[in-house]
Amino acid sequence: MKFQWDTFFVTGEPMILGAQISLLFGAIAMVVGLTYFKKWKWLWTEWITTVDHKKIGTMYILCAVLMLFRGGVDALLMRIQLTLPNLHFLDEHHYDEIFTTHGTIMILFMAMPFLMGLINLVVPLQIGARDVAFPYLNAISFWLFFIGMGLFNISFIIGGSPDAGWTMYFPLAGTEFTPGPGQNYYAIALQIAGIGTLATGINFLVTIFKMRAPGMKLMDIPMFSWSVIAMSLIIVAAFPVLTIALALMTFDRLFGAHFFTMASGGMPMLWSNLFWIWGHPEVYIVVLPAFGIFSEIISTFSRKRLFGYGSMVLSMLAIALMSYLTWAHHFFTMGAGPAVNSFFSISTMAISIPTGIKIFNWLATMYKGKISFTTPMLWAVGFIPNFIVGGATGVLLAMASADYQYHNSYYLVAHFHHVLIAGVVFACFGGLHFWYPKMFGHILNETLGKWTFWIFVIGFNICFYPMYFLGLKGMTRRMVTYQADLGWTGLNEVATVGAFLMGVAFLILCYNIYYSARKGERDTTGDPWDGRTLEWATSTPVPHYNFAKLPNVQGVDEWARMKKNGENLKITEEEVKEIHMPNNTGKAFIISCFFFVAGFGLVFEWYWMAILGGIGIACGLLLRSLEKDEGYHVSVEEIKRTEGLSRGDEHGTNK
Amino acid sequence: MEQTNKELPLEYQTHQDRMTILAFWIFLGAEIALFSTLFATYLVLEHRTAGMFSAKQLFEAPKVMMMTFLLLTSSFTCGVAIWYMRRNNAKQLIGWMLVTLLLGAGFLYMEIAEFTHYVHEGATIQTSAFLSSFFVLTGTHGAHVTLGICWALSILYQVMKNGITTTTARKVFIIGLYWHFLDVVWIFLFTLVYVKGMVG
Repeated sequence: MKFQWDTFFVTGEPMILGAQISLLFGAIAMVVGLTYFKKWKWLWTEWITTVDHKKIGTMYILCAVLMLFRGGVDALLMRIQLTLPNLHFLDEHHYDEIFTTHGTIMILFMAMPFLMGLINLVVPLQIGARDVAFPYLNAISFWLFFIGMGLFNISFIIGGSPDAGWTMYFPLAGTEFTPGPGQNYYAIALQIAGIGTLATGINFLVTIFKMRAPGMKLMDIPMFSWSVIAMSLIIVAAFPVLTIALALMTFDRLFGAHFFTMASGGMPMLWSNLFWIWGHPEVYIVVLPAFGIFSEIISTFSRKRLFGYGSMVLSMLAIALMSYLTWAHHFFTMGAGPAVNSFFSISTMAISIPTGIKIFNWLATMYKGKISFTTPMLWAVGFIPNFIVGGATGVLLAMASADYQYHNSYYLVAHFHHVLIAGVVFACFGGLHFWYPKMFGHILNETLGKWTFWIFVIGFNICFYPMYFLGLKGMTRRMVTYQADLGWTGLNEVATVGAFLMGVAFLILCYNIYYSARKGERDTTGDPWDGRTLEWATSTPVPHYNFAKLPNVQGVDEWARMKKNGENLKITEEEVKEIHMPNNTGKAFIISCFFFVAGFGLVFEWYWMAILGGIGIACGLLLRSLEKDEGYHVSVEEIKRTEGLSRGDEHGTNK
Repeated sequence: MEQTNKELPLEYQTHQDRMTILAFWIFLGAEIALFSTLFATYLVLEHRTAGMFSAKQLFEAPKVMMMTFLLLTSSFTCGVAIWYMRRNNAKQLIGWMLVTLLLGAGFLYMEIAEFTHYVHEGATIQTSAFLSSFFVLTGTHGAHVTLGICWALSILYQVMKNGITTTTARKVFIIGLYWHFLDVVWIFLFTLVYVKGMVG
């Protein structure tokens, strides 16, 4: 592939030019701002080099919100294009790029990091640990995700975005039909982010299995942390498949191999199989932690212990196992034969059994509970009916013979948005409102939060209900425009109105963050919602060592039990001991930067650059291996100061 | 958190090292998923030769036997090295690990020679789906061996510098797990790729 410098930057598209200019100004403003306020050092020491799970979690969420904006703008552009027949708002090529990046970003660079952020923030606190098992690896995970995200996102100004759909079906995604760096960006960026995800999965498995507070048995683990166990198991089993699928794709595109080509024995359907063997478990990777978040919220605001704890755990593990056995339902129309289609049809429908158990458990938790309808609770309660719609339409899609009618139509588009938005996005928003006080010490304004909820949920349904009917009327996904006489115009107009309502809700959420930072209700207790699990036993802001005194856990909902018995985690002067903590390090960030160099080189097939990046990565790993990094001890004086002991007052970890 | 238990072998004594070893086991689980995917890909594509070279035409039994012999022996010497590590004998540990790595390097030399030979005959990664999957599957294993050799050398350097401590013992133990794992993968390569290819 020959590259000319005049096509290096994407040109000739006014909207992209606008984005390029605003990005340039944004970057200049950031550099000037950091310099003017002398914040470079702060940025480096407090954030870039941090290994603190709470700060890493915050950075994940920040990136996820940014990506929600990017993916949301993509969505709105598509909706504008489809509002009326025969529009030329976007040309075909640009439209292809936008639906590809929308899907990829929303799943991999929005939903996953949003959940990873909440997981990072909450899980170590919930299980009474002082950090994750491998804080440095955790930083690597974040920065690899960050680099993958950055690499994927620069594609639309440098070289051109991928445009073969987020599923990258071959042979379309092969060099024969889509030459150029676009799909290379996809293969390399996801590969880099995927390494980070695998490391996160391993990290949290070890953290939850080995770092729980004394006395916390397996069946005492809070439900959100249990969902992270299930998620991590799926990550460890499924992400290597993506690694290989992307590697084979890279070999096909860069080195002329014949895995998925039409000629020389290649097999395009092999890609679909590999992609979905990862892709379907991936759905559960994002939805299981979401279930965990809903479990925590519903239990907290019903003032009750979660109903059916054991069945919740079992059903999640069952879902994790079954998620691996359903992948072929994504291509019933491939013609694999009745036996294969029947198997996958049944296995897909079978997943609704453990999911149904969970739904009934949530309902039973609310039954006779003292329910308070706060914003997080609204998201959790709103999730149930909306998710059921998505689940029920999913069962219809799972019927192989009927699927020939629905396949790749807007019916499918409506279905998976109903599942993923109601399942995952609601959980992200609900979880954000729920744990926001733990992150920043103030509550997000409840009035604005409820406005966000209602506008989003109403807009969401206005947007996606019409799509079921559009699908049944024959509108297929990914079509750039349609003729007026097809009768699709009215429903498309309605859908666009809904999409913009969701955009408005997002803006209200952003305003809420700004407003609450200035005027939001401050939380001094550390436990504004009367929580039930150990994260609410810490003071806010959470000290970097989390717990001065580790709790001695006796059962589920430990913090609720402690409050009932008048216990707390306040430490006395005699009990204060030094705490061992890991050192900050810039190496995670620097190694990840070399990943960027190597990745960029591979995308453009500049192998000298890829090799340079590879050498950088190897040196970074070697230096880290040779480094003697034993961490440090937080001194007794510092702990006393933080815990409010040295001033002689009684502002302990909690009152 | 730093509970030390002096009764356990050195690499298991600190809590952090125990966690690292568990994490590596989980990582090996992920590696199994990774190689399984490659094996599945190979088995799907092995007869799609595009009318060019088939497995039967390419593979040569004596060379593959030799490679198997080298790698399996290296697993044995690696075990001997760990045995000496448990007896706190740094010199023997380093010596046996070097033998292991030499055997690994011998294996690697033969694999590279095999690949070069195929390429000279015109059987490259671009020839057919069968050869693409063959090169990527065996190449991934070979890349793992290469990485293992470099990684082990850096750890041996640390053993020479610091002696056998809890940290270096843990590192040697983990590279040992990794090395044995590569052997297991090779056994599957030997049977599912080479023997199956030569017989069928």
